[in-house]
Amino acid sequence: MSKGNLTRRGVLKTGAVAGAGLALPTYLSAASHEGFTNAPTGSTVTLGFNVPQSGPYADEGADELRAYELAVEHLNGEGDGGMLNTFSSKALQGNGILGKKVEYVTGDTQTKSDAARASAKSMIEKDGAVMITGGSSSGVAVAVQALCQEAGVIFMAGLTHSNDTTGKDKRANGFRHFFNSYMSGAALAPVLAANYGTDRKAYHLTADYNWGYTTEEAIRSSTEAMGWETIAAVKTPLTQTDFSSYIAPVLQSGADTLVLNHYGGNMVNSLTNAVQFGLRDKQVNGKDFQIIVPLYSRLMAKGAGANVKGIFGSTNWHWSLQDEGSKAFVQSFGTKYGFPPSQAAHTCYVQALLYADAVERAGSFAPCAVVEALEGFEFDGMGNGKTLYRADDHQCFKDVLVVKGKENPSSEFDLLEIVEVTPVEQVTYAPDHPQFAGGALGSCNNGA
Amino acid sequence: MFGLDKKDASLLLIVAALVAFAPFLLNPFPEGSAMAQFNAGYPDLMQRFVIFGIFAIGFNILFGLTGYLSFGHAAFLGVGSYAAVWMFKLLSMNVLPAIILAVITSGIFALVIGYVSLRRSGIYFSILTLAFAQMSFALAYSVLTPITGGETGLQLALDDPRIFGSATTAEGNIPVPGLFGLEMRDSSELVLGNWVFTFNVGYYFAAIVMLLSFYLAIRIFRSPFGMMLRAVKSNQQRLNYTGLNPRPYTLAAFVISGMYAGLAGGLMASMDPLAGAERMFWTASGEVVLMTILGGVGTLIGPVLGAGMIKYMENIISKINSDILHGWFAFLPDGLEDLVVTMIYPFIGKGWHLTLGIVFMLVVIFLPGGLVEGGQRVAKLFGRKKTDEPKSAKTEPAE
Repeated sequence: MSKGNLTRRGVLKTGAVAGAGLALPTYLSAASHEGFTNAPTGSTVTLGFNVPQSGPYADEGADELRAYELAVEHLNGEGDGGMLNTFSSKALQGNGILGKKVEYVTGDTQTKSDAARASAKSMIEKDGAVMITGGSSSGVAVAVQALCQEAGVIFMAGLTHSNDTTGKDKRANGFRHFFNSYMSGAALAPVLAANYGTDRKAYHLTADYNWGYTTEEAIRSSTEAMGWETIAAVKTPLTQTDFSSYIAPVLQSGADTLVLNHYGGNMVNSLTNAVQFGLRDKQVNGKDFQIIVPLYSRLMAKGAGANVKGIFGSTNWHWSLQDEGSKAFVQSFGTKYGFPPSQAAHTCYVQALLYADAVERAGSFAPCAVVEALEGFEFDGMGNGKTLYRADDHQCFKDVLVVKGKENPSSEFDLLEIVEVTPVEQVTYAPDHPQFAGGALGSCNNGA
Repeated sequence: MFGLDKKDASLLLIVAALVAFAPFLLNPFPEGSAMAQFNAGYPDLMQRFVIFGIFAIGFNILFGLTGYLSFGHAAFLGVGSYAAVWMFKLLSMNVLPAIILAVITSGIFALVIGYVSLRRSGIYFSILTLAFAQMSFALAYSVLTPITGGETGLQLALDDPRIFGSATTAEGNIPVPGLFGLEMRDSSELVLGNWVFTFNVGYYFAAIVMLLSFYLAIRIFRSPFGMMLRAVKSNQQRLNYTGLNPRPYTLAAFVISGMYAGLAGGLMASMDPLAGAERMFWTASGEVVLMTILGGVGTLIGPVLGAGMIKYMENIISKINSDILHGWFAFLPDGLEDLVVTMIYPFIGKGWHLTLGIVFMLVVIFLPGGLVEGGQRVAKLFGRKKTDEPKSAKTEPAE
């Protein structure tokens, strides 16, 4: 049956051929070296927009993509310029980035770490993207951020609220404009104390993943610091759609406040369930029962409908803000798409502009130059007032909005009202704060 | 050659040649042309081709030979990935210990699950494996988060011990996986006119592993053990009546196939050191079933072709967006252009599942033997005069 035998010579030959095959790539690898990964050589530069186009956060992803397309238009000098006119840095000329026309590729993260990394990898390896941005989940943000660090490209995080993104999983090549769980807690606590008093008993329902944990921790520690008591904290699966079985025990527990550490579809369902169970009409311990949603977005408020009325939460940005930057952005977004942008769209738009501006100021696309330009960068006119990109953890520090579901919405977009703009000082923390401990930035990576 | 008969040896050589020249074959269109969109010759996708090829080859040893349809094979892939990443965290960034531990761990895991599940056959076996896989997914996703990293996935960190290697590189970054200093992500490019061909170390490493596992699979298919497995598939009762206990054979096949999945998982982690729980989700288990059926159940090359097909669609079709479509059909008058784009749009981008579904249906209805049968029919169409030449070396159904 066998045609040939394994001889010593045969083995040696095969080994030599295999060895040569393995060595060939390294031999050839001197072919191209511009000093960093995907250095743009022609008249264009490619950015990678990696957003969820399917899965639970597809709505956010679609809005992010709209914002990126708008940002590309503005960077290339088309449209009305949007926030370029209000941005405090005037380095961008509307002629692309460093004179190169901005092009982009898109990918679908599916809100799965693996899929997001595969998509980002193909953008880097196949399409030559020099920067990756987007995403609507902390798990994805952390995974893609680590990938970009390895590959030597810049990652400008989209919507990611977990402390870990700029805490224990921070990376030198990654930057986050969005606020985080700690800031939500610090901003919400005083408002809650003023409205609901300082002796409440809270019951937490927490989405069972990274973001849920850090949000629960942040809200717990800031509410407990002002005198609240935490009765219980129950984790709910991310894929849960019916929360009745989790809501029922809340009333028996003696708690008078329910904190829903849920986002997106989770929050819409759990809040709806809670309201259907009549929690908000109940009286416990002589107080009206209250519900709190730490992270709010307009898209969620829309999903939950009338149930959000009067419920407190925090948000990164809201289209009804009246500063020049927000007005300019809402106007150009509204003109193009016919409705106001969400906070996800805002943060992604700003991230794209901030990256372009940093490249322009650094005079180079090299990641290390960009990192240097962004670290400690202070800017204004991007909708959140004065903002600082802190060098220690690449987190933006800016005012945080405390919002409340509007009692009498005037349109389908006018669902949240701003209760308070929490000043940046109140939400600033030390880089080595316990909720952020345990990670290291490392050093910037230019790749090869 | 290598203890194979002529037909199998030439099949192995063909596969080896295909794999070795994949960077050329997968990049047929020049850079910058409109068709460059369909090029698949970039390292990440080529690595996926061969890694999922290994996964599907292993799955086929179980499904193709014994007929036991496991619906939880992704669990072993996930276990392998976690094991490999833990080796990167604790030991060193060398891929060999990582892959070896991945194979061993998934083998043990398969032994336990197989021992329980193989007490039943048919649909009950499938459901049992599905249940175990979903259980593993739930454990990885939220219960065992200290070991698995939960939803974020298990990642490397700067402060990992890595006792046999350096914890950080000289520049203060996390080192990348490599084989005795040869970094897996190292690539070199060959520029010929407008064509750019990328040769990646990780790809060739995975490709060599894939060829070895392919060779092993051929040997298993042709061995007396393989014959026993086929006997289990064709009539287990008859086998029982002859006084043979099929359980050890099926269990062995299950463990081997689990180890293949673990090997694929370990390789995946070696190419990209992150292990996410979604890898163990039931859709991932379903995917390998699709790959095998699409390519041709019980054939040697089929699963590899099926894996390539699905990964190609997932990565290439899903990246076509409406802007690109408008670019293609820009030559048409405006109204017509919009119409054509609207008609094609549901099948591209996030709609690639739809395209895959249609292809799958067409294959199952018209080519029950999978792509391999398609190849056979084409070969028959252009039938050669020489009869003793293998009709198509690629096509050798198991039965």
